[in-house]
Amino acid sequence: MTAQHNNFTTIPHSPSIDKVGVEERVARFQTRSIKGPSKMQGLSMVLSMIDLTTLEGKDTPNKVRQMCYKAQHLHDFQEGLPTVAAVCVYPSMVSVAREALKDSTIKIASVSTAFPSGQAPFEVKKMDTQFAIDAGADEIDMVISRGKFLAGEHAFVFDEIAAIKEICGAKRLKVILETGELATLDQVRRASDIAIHAGADFIKTSTGKIQPAATMQVTYTMLMAIRDHFDRTGKMVGMKPAGGISTSKLALHNLVMVNEILGEAWLSNEWFRFGASSLANDVLMQYMKQVTGKYQSADYFTID
Amino acid sequence: MTDSNNKWEYAPSLEGTSHIQLKEKYDLFIDGKWIKPSNNRYFDTINPATEEKLAEIAWASEDDVDLAVMAARKAYKEVWSVMKASERAKYIFRIARLMQEHAKELALIETLDGGKPIRESRDIDVPLACNHFFYYAGWADKLQDAFPQRNIQSLGVAGQIIPWNFPLLMAAWKIAPALAAGNTVVLKPAESTSLTALKLAEIIQASGLPAGVVNIVTGNGDTGAAIVNHPDIDKIAFTGSTAVGKLIQKSVVGTSKRVSLELGGKSANIVLEDAPIDQAVEGIVNGIFFNQGHVCCAGSRLYVQESIADEVVRKLKQRMQSLYVGNPLDKNTDIGAINSKEQLGTIEKYINIGINEGADMYQLECEIPSKGFFCRPTIFTNVAQSSVIAQEEIFGPVLTIQTFRTIDEVIQKANNSPYGLAAGVWTDKGSRIFNLTSKLRAGVIWANTYNKFDPASPFGGYKESGFGREGGLHGLEAYLK
Repeated sequence: MTAQHNNFTTIPHSPSIDKVGVEERVARFQTRSIKGPSKMQGLSMVLSMIDLTTLEGKDTPNKVRQMCYKAQHLHDFQEGLPTVAAVCVYPSMVSVAREALKDSTIKIASVSTAFPSGQAPFEVKKMDTQFAIDAGADEIDMVISRGKFLAGEHAFVFDEIAAIKEICGAKRLKVILETGELATLDQVRRASDIAIHAGADFIKTSTGKIQPAATMQVTYTMLMAIRDHFDRTGKMVGMKPAGGISTSKLALHNLVMVNEILGEAWLSNEWFRFGASSLANDVLMQYMKQVTGKYQSADYFTID
Repeated sequence: MTDSNNKWEYAPSLEGTSHIQLKEKYDLFIDGKWIKPSNNRYFDTINPATEEKLAEIAWASEDDVDLAVMAARKAYKEVWSVMKASERAKYIFRIARLMQEHAKELALIETLDGGKPIRESRDIDVPLACNHFFYYAGWADKLQDAFPQRNIQSLGVAGQIIPWNFPLLMAAWKIAPALAAGNTVVLKPAESTSLTALKLAEIIQASGLPAGVVNIVTGNGDTGAAIVNHPDIDKIAFTGSTAVGKLIQKSVVGTSKRVSLELGGKSANIVLEDAPIDQAVEGIVNGIFFNQGHVCCAGSRLYVQESIADEVVRKLKQRMQSLYVGNPLDKNTDIGAINSKEQLGTIEKYINIGINEGADMYQLECEIPSKGFFCRPTIFTNVAQSSVIAQEEIFGPVLTIQTFRTIDEVIQKANNSPYGLAAGVWTDKGSRIFNLTSKLRAGVIWANTYNKFDPASPFGGYKESGFGREGGLHGLEAYLK
């Protein structure tokens, strides 16, 4: 694992980010033309990249079971649809999801480290993670300690991520930066570099609890960090924008961005995910519009 | 979980052209009417992306220019200079609104006739052109407020000659302030791109602007010379090459004509080591590949601080991979057609000079259409200040990259050019921006951005890049005494 070879002092200098320039660049991705076969392929990719998510205080085993069923049966009236990539739940719901998904290829992602605030003792965060893995989680979505990060204790943040990665072992670790709390794109970039060098397999924008979440500007900044890391080391890191991506159009714009910054190697759910709860149905609606030529009522798409 | 093949191609998205209205033959717009050229000569205008003929354009003779100037003089004396300023403003506003209504058609024709990508003509050229009319319409009845303590007066008849790189936008830059200040106009568009100016003439006709206030005469260099040498013209405004600018300057010596010249450039785009590097790369791309590099203020001389040079060049090459070169009518296209066969020849000549000078060339490996005039985006590294390609204006998608060690060195090198139109500075430090902007001898200096235009912002050059300013109050002043 990279974490063992890296330490905080080896993280390269993070370049400064000019927000106005980023906004202009991002606007350009939104002018590419995605329609016809290109749109079908894009929508299908989006579906296959979704981490179908429920992260609520009121989550129950039944709610999770229903969502797991939906994950495997997005829209059975249409053949050839992919399943989502994963379901994303709280650690307490991992065993329920494991049972519901049985031997499906859909992964189970569990949030951990006292999601969403991360305001818990380090020992608790480690236990939280170990608990999720023991319950059958395939992937761990941890949060960084934003308070420590903003207080300038970057080494603390690095060590925490590295320690959690050690617990994860071969299980993939997504590191949530909660960019809505980091305030500037310079901070987003620095946090991305720290997470990547501490051993993150994926970097993820947000918990979904704080606005703004996965804006294209933020995702762009994180993709550039992944790009630079790849150019420097040849190692791929995945990206997961989460929170606020609820329309097909925005999802496709995100894919264009990935395609142009990182290239087609990242255009699979092994390297790119959307964290979303309501995106799937909008994509399905657009997909069926492409198939039938007509928009169907939202009532024809199930909510679970 | 990984697909072996994730290739994802965008959908071609060609703008339809069936609804635009082009005549087969365009006459001269003189005194509010369409008039045949006196010697009945016409020339073809073609689509540089397909080499297909679009229309025939009248070739104005000296007599035709004389007719146009007479019409402009009459309209100046009898109508425009005596009209209430607030009424003049209404006409200019009306032209602006009509242009907006025809925005899509204007953008399409601009792209067909000039080769620039539809994304640019739609998002930049046409909206900016409209904004120039709106902006100056607002000043028309506030001239006394704009220049307090002065008894201002209009000049009379303005002869205006514009280039082929931003045909409609340059027409707007020239016509709008002239009208707002109370002058009348004889405008000559460039030979290869007359269509949007003629479309603008149709709009002006529809706006009910009094006859003769704006006259549009098409033709080649002779037509331009006839305007420059006409004794009854009070002001010459020219945008174009430095060579022609010098000829104009010579021919007006000893006359009472006022002149403003906006000429060539070889603008320095300077990236310091603390720059926001990815945005700087974006600015480099925008600086040199915008409008196929047919931009007088193009950031064609890139200076990168040596400590980050390798990284910048690597990132630049990487960024170039996602540029789409091809049919200008496709909404995905980033780089369209070179404006003319002649210009393509010039660009290729300079590329060969660069190769022969021993510079290292990198071109985007991409397919380009077999018909039409296209040039791959090109960058040269291992270039010195003494290389010809780093000194002369190429006016195409060709960038030269030099490195520097200290800020003083780059200021010297950037200023070491007969031109002085624009410059770009990329750094995270505000103090460095002010240090450089105060020492660079260029009319426009952008900090952490490039190729930004606004009607309120003056534009113009130092040294052989010309004199006089367009845009903003400075642009208005150029049409007042």
